[in-house]
Amino acid sequence: MPESLQIFLENFADWESLARVWPLLLQGLLLTAGLAAVALPLGLLAGLLVGLGCALGGRVARVALLVWIDLFRAFPVLVLLILIYYGLPFLGVTLPAFAAAVLALVLNNSGYYGEIFRAGLASVPHGQAEAAAALGLTRLQAMLLVVLPQALRAVVAPLASNSLELVKATSIAALVALPELLRSARVAQEQTYNPTPLMAAAVIYFLLLWPFAHLVARLERRMLARGVR
Amino acid sequence: MERFAEYYLNAEVLATYGPGIVAGLWVTLATAAATVAIGVGLGLLMAIALAAHVPGVRLLIGAWIEIFRTLPQLAVIVFLYFGLPYAGLTLSPFWATAGALGAVLSAFAAEIFRSAIQALPRGQWDAAAALGFRFPATFFLVILPQAIRLAIPLLTNRAIAIIKGTALGTAVSLPEILGRAQSAMAIAANPSPLTLAAALYLVLFLPLVVASRWLEGTRVVPR
Repeated sequence: MPESLQIFLENFADWESLARVWPLLLQGLLLTAGLAAVALPLGLLAGLLVGLGCALGGRVARVALLVWIDLFRAFPVLVLLILIYYGLPFLGVTLPAFAAAVLALVLNNSGYYGEIFRAGLASVPHGQAEAAAALGLTRLQAMLLVVLPQALRAVVAPLASNSLELVKATSIAALVALPELLRSARVAQEQTYNPTPLMAAAVIYFLLLWPFAHLVARLERRMLARGVR
Repeated sequence: MERFAEYYLNAEVLATYGPGIVAGLWVTLATAAATVAIGVGLGLLMAIALAAHVPGVRLLIGAWIEIFRTLPQLAVIVFLYFGLPYAGLTLSPFWATAGALGAVLSAFAAEIFRSAIQALPRGQWDAAAALGFRFPATFFLVILPQAIRLAIPLLTNRAIAIIKGTALGTAVSLPEILGRAQSAMAIAANPSPLTLAAALYLVLFLPLVVASRWLEGTRVVPR
């Protein structure tokens, strides 16, 4: 074996370190999964409400929601998390790291998902809502039963892409000391004086997210191809 | 309300720490510029290498795209900064952040350029061939300019999303806006520096977000 490769393997794939710290990594993985499992549905729901509000609300509500969307799309999610975790306690509101991370992810994604749903609902031809009204459906019924299902088909790709970004963004919770996967890997690295745990975390993230990333890329390619014709 | 102002809009604290935090704006801007240069440049190179069927690079580029499109940005930054020194490569916080974000952007950019090239009608290649163009002329004069126009909206959105990640540099003590605000907050025991940081991020990114909304509304390639 060439010497450089050996040095690389000793440093980045040291099984002894890994054997020592794997419980830490596993616990981190579970916390990452838990964070995603809580923040993803809540973010989707918040975004759907924002999108529906844009479509159904009056002029004032629409402008207010557009401002909401752009504000939260402009804020880096980490800035939001730091504000919530380190800034809110001065007002007497102290949230545990997990709740702060969920709140930051949900607020941030209410903007991202909100914009996706808003654009999707706006892309459905107006005649659909008018036809539904002619059949005697209320505005809400027309929106939920006629317009929304058609909008959903148009937004599958961006929704999937944004959901992947949300799951990836759970790693920022490491910066408020929540021992999710990345934070656990850093702690393990400091215990072992060896970057193998970091490598292991990268491999775990990759194996976990790659099938999903692959699917997102396929959906986006299909959308781009459809856009040209 | 008074208490709120004292905590979040404390003039004294802002006067002391404000200039330092505003100086972080330049670090944020420089990191963002380096990220976009690395990301778009490398992404375009990879897309060209793929389209030109440069032998032996297909697998390599494919792996690069899959890896950096999939890993969380913060994980890449942390790996470059804390992991690479063990391989004998020590990066400054600036290059660890810009390098990591650039690698992530390059993966998305390569994929976007590749899709745009593939999305162009086959007739463009045929027409150029009928005019007697060889591959380089066809690719660089006919295909690529159209593909770049097609790629711009997606690429802009992705670039904006990724340069917002410059705040992640705070994890490797990059002295950008957020990092400086956080240390000022710790020293002053007052969150006003964070308010200023939040305002700076809004000034920086709100125009980009509004611009990308406008860009999405206009059809770059007319039907």
